[in-house]
Amino acid sequence: MPLIEINDISKIYRLGDIDVNALNSVSINIDKGEFVAIMGQSGSGKSTFMNILGCLDKPTSGRYSLEGVDVAGLTRDELAAIRNKKIGFVFQGFNLLSRTSALENVELPMLYNGLPARDRKGRAAAALDKVGLSGRENHHPNQLSGGQQQRVAIARALVNEAPLILADEPTGNLDTKTSTEIMELFVRLNAESNITVILVTHEHDIAAFSKRTMKFLDGRVVSDSPTIKL
Amino acid sequence: MINIPSTIKISVRALRVNKMRSALTMLGIIIGVGAVITMLAVGTGARQKIGEQIASMGSNLLIVLPGATTSGGARMGAGSQMTLSMGDAEAILKECPAVQTVAPNLGGVAQVISGNQNWSTGVTGTTPGMLVVRDWQISEGRSFTDDDVRGATKVCLLGQTVVENLFGSIYSIGQVVRIKNVPFTVIGVLDRKGQSPNGQDQDDTIWIPVTTAQKKIFGTTFPGMVRIVMVKARSTEDLPAAEEQIKELLRQRHRIGQKQDDDFTVRNLTQMMQAAEQSARIMALLLGSIAGVSLLVGGIGIMNIMLVSVTERTREIGIRMAVGAKTWDIRLQFLIEALILSLIGGGIGILFGVSGSQVLSTIAGWPTIVSPFSIFLAFSFSGVVGIFFGFYPAMKASLLDPIEALRYE
Ligand SMILES: Nc1ncnc2c1ncn2[C@@H]1O[C@H](COP(=O)(O)OP(=O)(O)OP(=O)(O)O)[C@@H](O)[C@H]1O
Ligand SMILES: [Mg+2]
Repeated sequence: MPLIEINDISKIYRLGDIDVNALNSVSINIDKGEFVAIMGQSGSGKSTFMNILGCLDKPTSGRYSLEGVDVAGLTRDELAAIRNKKIGFVFQGFNLLSRTSALENVELPMLYNGLPARDRKGRAAAALDKVGLSGRENHHPNQLSGGQQQRVAIARALVNEAPLILADEPTGNLDTKTSTEIMELFVRLNAESNITVILVTHEHDIAAFSKRTMKFLDGRVVSDSPTIKL
Repeated sequence: MINIPSTIKISVRALRVNKMRSALTMLGIIIGVGAVITMLAVGTGARQKIGEQIASMGSNLLIVLPGATTSGGARMGAGSQMTLSMGDAEAILKECPAVQTVAPNLGGVAQVISGNQNWSTGVTGTTPGMLVVRDWQISEGRSFTDDDVRGATKVCLLGQTVVENLFGSIYSIGQVVRIKNVPFTVIGVLDRKGQSPNGQDQDDTIWIPVTTAQKKIFGTTFPGMVRIVMVKARSTEDLPAAEEQIKELLRQRHRIGQKQDDDFTVRNLTQMMQAAEQSARIMALLLGSIAGVSLLVGGIGIMNIMLVSVTERTREIGIRMAVGAKTWDIRLQFLIEALILSLIGGGIGILFGVSGSQVLSTIAGWPTIVSPFSIFLAFSFSGVVGIFFGFYPAMKASLLDPIEALRYE
């Protein structure tokens, strides 16, 4: 059974009289342990696709099953539980809570699944250690570099041992050297922990870290093939 | 399973970020709760004091005074002439069914001597019924009896103040005191009564049989007349009936025609007390409306700030939803925030209310009593306000669309 089964999904935004077909009949399967890069020009529907994968948004039509569960029939809170346990998000803008320490940012997902405070601290510290940030537990986001902030975000995505990490342009705000470090981290997580990684990028150097590349154009998948190593 | 301690921690942190704003938001609640506490303190204090006063005067008490309250617009001082007789007092007891006891009074100020001590005090000639009418007890010795009244014996009961001034620590029963040079034997001592509603020392008194007072002390030109008649009605409900029956009876006995003014006045002390209670109630009502308005305004203030806070933190809400916060996680976070605001405001308000009550009783002389119940009531009230006015913003936060919240700039 594939981890992700997408069947004929469309997303239509209605803006006044015009319909915008952000996604147009997309069908795709992604297996556990894959490392997928999604590319395509601006406005081609990549973020829309990622949001649907992440159960943050619902498609206008079509079927999406995650680990064999059709998410269309789930309630708001059931979707929240799926996001909590199965999905880790990494955003272009990091999306960390300001005025909150790195450790507490990483603890955040565990606040919502009833883990006792003692276990939370330990697991958050371990996740920070995994992304190479031990010793920075008490730093606030504004006391960390962009790369370090993105590592905190990755630690947060890892901490609940979600099988799937969705990263929408995770290196978009980072310089080349830092981007490479972040990508190496994803590669390691994918290889060592068998975590499925799906990331959106505009850059071929970044996509090159993946094993499979999909290209979007006007809401359609126009190519889907193993990544060509440069 | 919602993580309450962490949620409280998050809320406290959010409130501390905007300390000034949080403090200002609490102000309405502080004033409201302070007013609630003061209101209840004034109310309870007044009720208790009035209750004590009524008890000290004697419950269900009516006083019949000679002279009309008003006479064709010109006021004839009530009590200026003697128009009431012993016969009137006996008739009231016999013929008014709503009356339980009567006590005719004839008194005045007199010099009292015992050994080498002397003291000027109020001497009241009365009947044993006086003890019942005034709800007064004998602390030592015995009361005089109807036989003493019939025989006009020279016996007396002393109030505590008189005992202290004439005898100090000497045992007074059986001793002789000279009232206007007439020797009286002390047969009993009255219980301590304290101050009257108008601030007089009620214990500065000597009681003697009314007949003795008439014949030996306050010899009057009209024998058998008394100055006032005190009446105890059977119950509080019987007070109006007793008043009517006494008026009718006395008009008959004094042969007062249809168009003529009464030559007596009946005063209802309980009613006078109730008037005093009424003014305390008006004060409490005033404070109550201040409390209501400021709690309402305070609640709206909380709602307003919480709405601002929800908007400001839309992105934070989006992040929390993305990592798995459920509807009630978010809702509770904002509800707890509103609740903390209102409860801290309530706590400070209680401090203000308690000290405000104290200031009011020292400056304005109102008796105030802050009861634990009023503190509990005010505190729960502030909690209810917090939850009520925090609910809409919390609801709004929890129903945000995660995608839109995340995209919010
Ligand atoms: N909330 C929305 N309302 C209306 N239209 C939207 C909305 N979100 C996206 N769209 C439209 O859907 C299309 C796809 O947008 P999407 O954000 O998925 O593109 P993208 O591939 O992620 O682009 P980029 O590379 O610039 O991030 C665009 O035409 C966009 O204008
Ligand atoms: Mg995008």
